[in-house]
Amino acid sequence: MDFRLSDEQQMLAEMVGQMLAETCTGADLRRLLDGGEPRDAARWEQIVALGLPGTMAPETAGGSGLGAVEMALIATACGYAALPEPLVEHAGVAVPLLAAAGIDLGPALSGSTVAVGHPVNPFVADADTADALLLADRDAVHLVPREQVTLVHQPSIDPFRRLFRVEWAASPQTRIGVGALWQETLDRGALSAAAQLLGLAQRSVDLSVAYASDRQQFGKPIGSFQAVKHHLANAQVKIEFARPVILAAAAMPPSPLARARISHAKLAATAAAETATHAAVQVHGAMGYSWEVDVHFLLKRSLALAQAWGTPAFHRARVAEHVLSAPLGADRTFDAGQIEEIHREAA
Amino acid sequence: MDLRYTPAERAFRAEVRQWLSDHVPAEPFPDFDSSVEGFEAHRQWERTLHAGGWGMVTWPVEYGGRGLDLIRWLIFEEEYYRAGAPLRVNQNGIFLLGPTLIDYGTPEQKARFLPAMAAGDEIWAQAWSEPSAGSDLAGVRSTLGRDGDTYVLSGHKIWSSRAVHADWAFGLFREPGSERHKGLSLVFFPLDAAGVTVQPIARLDGKPVFAELFLDEVRVPVANRLGEEGQGWSVCMSTAGFERGLMLRSPARFQVAAAKLVELYRGRADSVEPEIRARVLQAWMDADAYALSIYATASRLMAGGTIGPETSTNKIFWSELDLDLHKTALAILGAEAELTGAAPDASVDIGDWLDGYIFSLAGPIYAGANEIQRNIIAERMLGMPR
Repeated sequence: MDFRLSDEQQMLAEMVGQMLAETCTGADLRRLLDGGEPRDAARWEQIVALGLPGTMAPETAGGSGLGAVEMALIATACGYAALPEPLVEHAGVAVPLLAAAGIDLGPALSGSTVAVGHPVNPFVADADTADALLLADRDAVHLVPREQVTLVHQPSIDPFRRLFRVEWAASPQTRIGVGALWQETLDRGALSAAAQLLGLAQRSVDLSVAYASDRQQFGKPIGSFQAVKHHLANAQVKIEFARPVILAAAAMPPSPLARARISHAKLAATAAAETATHAAVQVHGAMGYSWEVDVHFLLKRSLALAQAWGTPAFHRARVAEHVLSAPLGADRTFDAGQIEEIHREAA
Repeated sequence: MDLRYTPAERAFRAEVRQWLSDHVPAEPFPDFDSSVEGFEAHRQWERTLHAGGWGMVTWPVEYGGRGLDLIRWLIFEEEYYRAGAPLRVNQNGIFLLGPTLIDYGTPEQKARFLPAMAAGDEIWAQAWSEPSAGSDLAGVRSTLGRDGDTYVLSGHKIWSSRAVHADWAFGLFREPGSERHKGLSLVFFPLDAAGVTVQPIARLDGKPVFAELFLDEVRVPVANRLGEEGQGWSVCMSTAGFERGLMLRSPARFQVAAAKLVELYRGRADSVEPEIRARVLQAWMDADAYALSIYATASRLMAGGTIGPETSTNKIFWSELDLDLHKTALAILGAEAELTGAAPDASVDIGDWLDGYIFSLAGPIYAGANEIQRNIIAERMLGMPR
């Protein structure tokens, strides 16, 4: 038992965080919006050059062969930066699905993206910039070139989330697999969303700490007032107790407990992000309600991700499925079957 | 990251489980606060644990422990709560003072105090708070004067848990004339020493769970001081770190309570309003999150890390989850929630929820009020201005 990130994992998280801190500032986000482009070509090029799209792709297919823990760390960094480009869904959700279906990953690892139309989500994000879409026809998985679909734009409050209703027709040529893939995909999508929510929650706290340390009222920084401190402390407590759930959910092999924990991770990260983004608006005062400071980017992303990849009600039902039927207990934190195993080993 | 128990860790769990199933008393003891009988039954249990080598598994072997790591401590605690074993009457000693003694004590102090603590022969109480020094602990006024190799302790301590029946207390005393964090020393004194008056204080349900201590020129050897003279504050904060952060409330306690809450809910799901279900699930999730977080902290400490301001996030989280969990239980019990265990018509599944609720009410207050913890998080973790 060792619940610690390895040095390599920590270095990966720092490297991605550093790259995004340099290339995805609030000013960068605003420039992108003003230019009307869906993505920052230079930043995306850098992301691809670092090999991030291939994080979860097998090494034999040109990827890094890393796991869900590494992907969660990258997704957290992306959430922290409110990254507009669809790295998380592409690398954390689409690529593993393509790999599991035996599709050639060449294009997906060299800059083009694949959007995911999971049945749990009513709309497909970033479909307009994708080369192809993964779509569901009942329980079959289809990989459809973008030219073969019609996209109906559904503006989101998050200006960087471009959502589309997709009109398309299934054909035997586009079919790449069946339903079990969708289940794993849902888990990956929910975990990736949770990790992004964790990151944006921390960014909300960090922005607020900086603002509250600088902004003076009554002759002192507002951050010296306990009422302000406690808003941010409450948010930080939620963050601290969402993080280990996300990491454990990412590190565990598939099981009913692991599935419940992914849903727990999504719920905990959603609650942390909601608390943190709302605290950020409040601590920034009227500025927090303005277009001028960056808080609203985080608030909007939080609003969107909270409902994406399974609503809170959906995930609570999945937790209930486990909690209200499985045997529970302090000895079952990691492995429900461990005691039986001991007896088997002894026998 | 490897979230699997090693074969050795699993074998350890099996060994603990076996020993507990052979030794945990079938009938619960009377509580350790209300009567000498209850207290002494719990002391006897500490002796049984010690005889089996289970008094404090993380302590060095020479002081009555097994020298085991924190993951094994967590496994032991999981099995302990799973078995429904008695509450640890010596928790102030073994969980709070013990680890600090191991860090700061002289070899003589360790040899003198740790084995007797581990064996349950000496049960400890904490004597920190004073009528005018609660959250502001640096405001303690009790003094220590020096007379050769003897300290002379005088003052007034309060909210000292278990002091009604305990044998020893560890307290914070200051040199006359010193201020705030300076001039403080951490000193041990026997609760039956000449000049000590123990006055029980009733909790809101009437149980004498803590005491006021009046010290009138109590003479103890200078050798009873832990750490350097005048360095009591930093020694004391080290104890507080353990208390809030790790050992005082092991996750198993809440995981077992959450499992019981789920069981209570399953039996009455049809008669409660729908929002209760979400609260029950939240209790399970919170206990689970707390356990995962403590496993992460334990892993870090085992690799040479130190515990920092996360002691404060932990303390807020466990105290609030405990209170929410018990409030949910009372909501499920409905009109029966107010019945004490003595009510002849109370349903069998009422259990100890009311007791647990009353206990959980104190969580956000003791071991540093949660408001103070929020200040610590804001200032030391987030770096906000004072």
